[in-house]
Amino acid sequence: MTAPVERYDRLLHLRRKFYNSVFLVLTGIATLIALTALFLILETLVVKGLAGMDSHVFTMSQPAPDEQGGLLNAIVGSLVMCGFGMVIALVVGILAGTWLAEYGDGTRLAAIVRFLNDILISAPSILIGLFVYQLLVRPFHGFSSLAGGVALSLLAMPVATRATEDIMRLQPYALREAGMALGANRGLVIRAIIWRASTSGLMTGALLSFARISGETAPLLFTSLGNPFLSFSLTQPMAALPTTIFQFAMSAYDDWQRLAWAGALLIAAAVLATNILGRALTRGSMQK
Amino acid sequence: MTFEAPDQDQRTVMIPPPEGDRVIDVHGLDFFYGKNQALYGVELPVARNKVTALIGPSGCGKSTLLRTLNRIYDLYAGQSATGKIMFDGSNILDQGKNSEQLRARIGMVFQRPTPFPMSIYDNIAFGVRLHRSVGKAEMDEIVERSLVRAALWDEVKDKLTTSGLGLSGGQQQRLCVARGIAINPDVLLLDEPASALDPLSTAKLESTLIELKSSITIVIVTHNLQQAARISDYTGFMLLGKMVEFRPSSDAFVSPETKQMQDYITGRFG
Amino acid sequence: MSTAASVSDEALRVTDAQGNARSPRNDWLFRNLCLSAVLAMMATLIGLVGSLVSGGWMALSHFGFSFFTTSTWDPVADQYGAAGPIVGTLITALLALVFALPIAVGVAVFLVEICPQIIARWLAIAVELLAGIPSIVYGMWGLFVLAPWFAQNVQIPLMTWVTPGSWLEAIVSGVPNGANIFTASLILAVMILPYIAAILRELLMSVPSHMREAAYGLGCTPREVVMRIMLPYVRRSAIGAVMLGLGRALGETMAVTFIIGNSHNFPHSLFDSGSTISSTIANEFTEATGDMHISALIALGTVLFMITFVTIALARLLLGRGGPK
Repeated sequence: MTAPVERYDRLLHLRRKFYNSVFLVLTGIATLIALTALFLILETLVVKGLAGMDSHVFTMSQPAPDEQGGLLNAIVGSLVMCGFGMVIALVVGILAGTWLAEYGDGTRLAAIVRFLNDILISAPSILIGLFVYQLLVRPFHGFSSLAGGVALSLLAMPVATRATEDIMRLQPYALREAGMALGANRGLVIRAIIWRASTSGLMTGALLSFARISGETAPLLFTSLGNPFLSFSLTQPMAALPTTIFQFAMSAYDDWQRLAWAGALLIAAAVLATNILGRALTRGSMQK
Repeated sequence: MTFEAPDQDQRTVMIPPPEGDRVIDVHGLDFFYGKNQALYGVELPVARNKVTALIGPSGCGKSTLLRTLNRIYDLYAGQSATGKIMFDGSNILDQGKNSEQLRARIGMVFQRPTPFPMSIYDNIAFGVRLHRSVGKAEMDEIVERSLVRAALWDEVKDKLTTSGLGLSGGQQQRLCVARGIAINPDVLLLDEPASALDPLSTAKLESTLIELKSSITIVIVTHNLQQAARISDYTGFMLLGKMVEFRPSSDAFVSPETKQMQDYITGRFG
Repeated sequence: MSTAASVSDEALRVTDAQGNARSPRNDWLFRNLCLSAVLAMMATLIGLVGSLVSGGWMALSHFGFSFFTTSTWDPVADQYGAAGPIVGTLITALLALVFALPIAVGVAVFLVEICPQIIARWLAIAVELLAGIPSIVYGMWGLFVLAPWFAQNVQIPLMTWVTPGSWLEAIVSGVPNGANIFTASLILAVMILPYIAAILRELLMSVPSHMREAAYGLGCTPREVVMRIMLPYVRRSAIGAVMLGLGRALGETMAVTFIIGNSHNFPHSLFDSGSTISSTIANEFTEATGDMHISALIALGTVLFMITFVTIALARLLLGRGGPK
């Protein structure tokens, strides 16, 4: 192709093409580095996790060093506290998100709440632990699973609030008008129509908040503390998978370290599965 | 989904410009979005330093045809074109991935104004610097000349360093025209450039285009028949992916030969 | 919409089964129930701030400004200066950002502009899922894999190679066990990498396609389209995304605690052991017995709160309403 010389500079084009190739290669390398790092981590997790996995993991509680045992107390503890935390977080979060989406629109309070809520979503979780320690542990002179559950609920609450508001805003306004046109009041329209139309979105929000808190360690360290025995009491310390993993991993005992990897694999798998389920739900509801 | 030509009147009418005057010559162009064919054996002769308008109802393929001329469709996986688009002695569909140089010579202005996130001055200088190394003084001159030719200079000469995003829609579109002509292309493609503009801005843009054609070949896709009649020298009418009628604009709107074009310009469909 | 049709008439009847009109008070009640949930959440935030400040007040008032400027952290003598953990927090987070940012940008650009879209979609999902992996997993990997490897293959060779007294030695000196500020930053970087990459990818995808086409239409190469047009187009939000990643690195506990070496001294080199605010709290809080010790730890928490609050607030302001959950 021949072109007038003044229109473009062949050398400049070659140089730009070269920079472009270098750039493309660099982004490829960056992606490769990222994937390699993450692959290495997942590989270690799966290999060591599976090596530490046996039937005792699910049937026995925390062993003394060099004895046989499992993570039953920790698994149960995690389920209890996460369940407890989720119930509180969902009740408060859905109501608060509903207010933001339906009643608070345009008010200054809503703008402030929305902003602070978004900050709470990213706030360091260890600070929530400190807060609940001062709120529930110090005054009652003892660590408790109640405190752990409350700490987890405070972590999940802003996530649930945000998810609720987002999903309710997606519902077309015509749906609300149609309800009101039948003579139903606002609250009834919200509960009977908008919530129902948002069900799958709300479930996704719940799953995402669950995924968020189930792997949290820091806020439990000084609220529920940990407990080598299986416990269901709300007023006693309670083990949780992440805190147990932390304790075992930092210990000098091989058995405990093995169990720590098994626990880490369990938690990571649970979080991944919850996230994937949440996504699948969203996709399902969007195709409808 | 497939496009099927209507049964009645398969006639096509071509009254092209003389061979020697053509800067782009499209022959037998087929275009595919994945498996769906959108253009069927399209012919399009583009005359040098004239305005060629492409008209037709929505979905007739006129924008698709325009987007093959600078191979912007390359950006999307699954879109492909076969046939011949002769430009400067070679088929641009054969040129592999050398699109940067092609696009230095065939510029494009889009339906929505697309000022880049930089100052008015840099919006123009940016494109120039892609293709040539230019000194400050010469660049100042190019920027001014391009803005003058795009009839925007008087409105922006005191705020060249402010963001291009701060201009009105009509000004933004003329900025895009200025940006396009600053790199001194042979051909400027315009894809419904006035569809997002108010009547006054549209009129300004049209007079800009008429001024430009003394030095640049223009191909414009438009929904607006009056606009096509006002500014174009040749008009191509497309329907269902085919070029149905192509002729000088002077008689295209007065005495179209095909029934489809008659129906279209009298407002019976489209 | 199918959902509208599925709502039973019963739910919408203006009168109940007895024929009594459903009173508007019903709505008043529900509305205020929702409002009280909002207020409860705000009370939590106020309580959080209040408890941190009141809990840390004893230490802050006792040590005054020297709490921030001295680095003696001695529970036995009840003497607390937090310069070590504070500096450790800032250094590890910033270093992590320096490591992670170029790679995150590369990944986002690769996924949006270069990789075939069929593969990119799966990679993007993978990146987003990885962003959700609990941080304790990263921490364990750092402790059991990265630290020994780093000690064996980087620190020990460097120690024999570097001439004593040179400027390089000042950077790389430290106990060769792989638990130091540098490796902690690496782990943090790996952790925030998918997070930042995922947000940046969303941002790049939000650039209108006509903007992209216009840039290519002018003859830009992909590099120029991304670096000169697309990234500048979303720069405000992109800065927000990066700051959100920084906020995460600043407040992260578990990924760091395992591997930073937990020394309260002011770090003297890149390969020196150190501590962050959160690792100090995590390590000592349950064992702290003295009131002053506990108060000093909570005061540390207050400092962390202030640092992260400013970072995250700025990030959210820049990101606007589109920010991630």
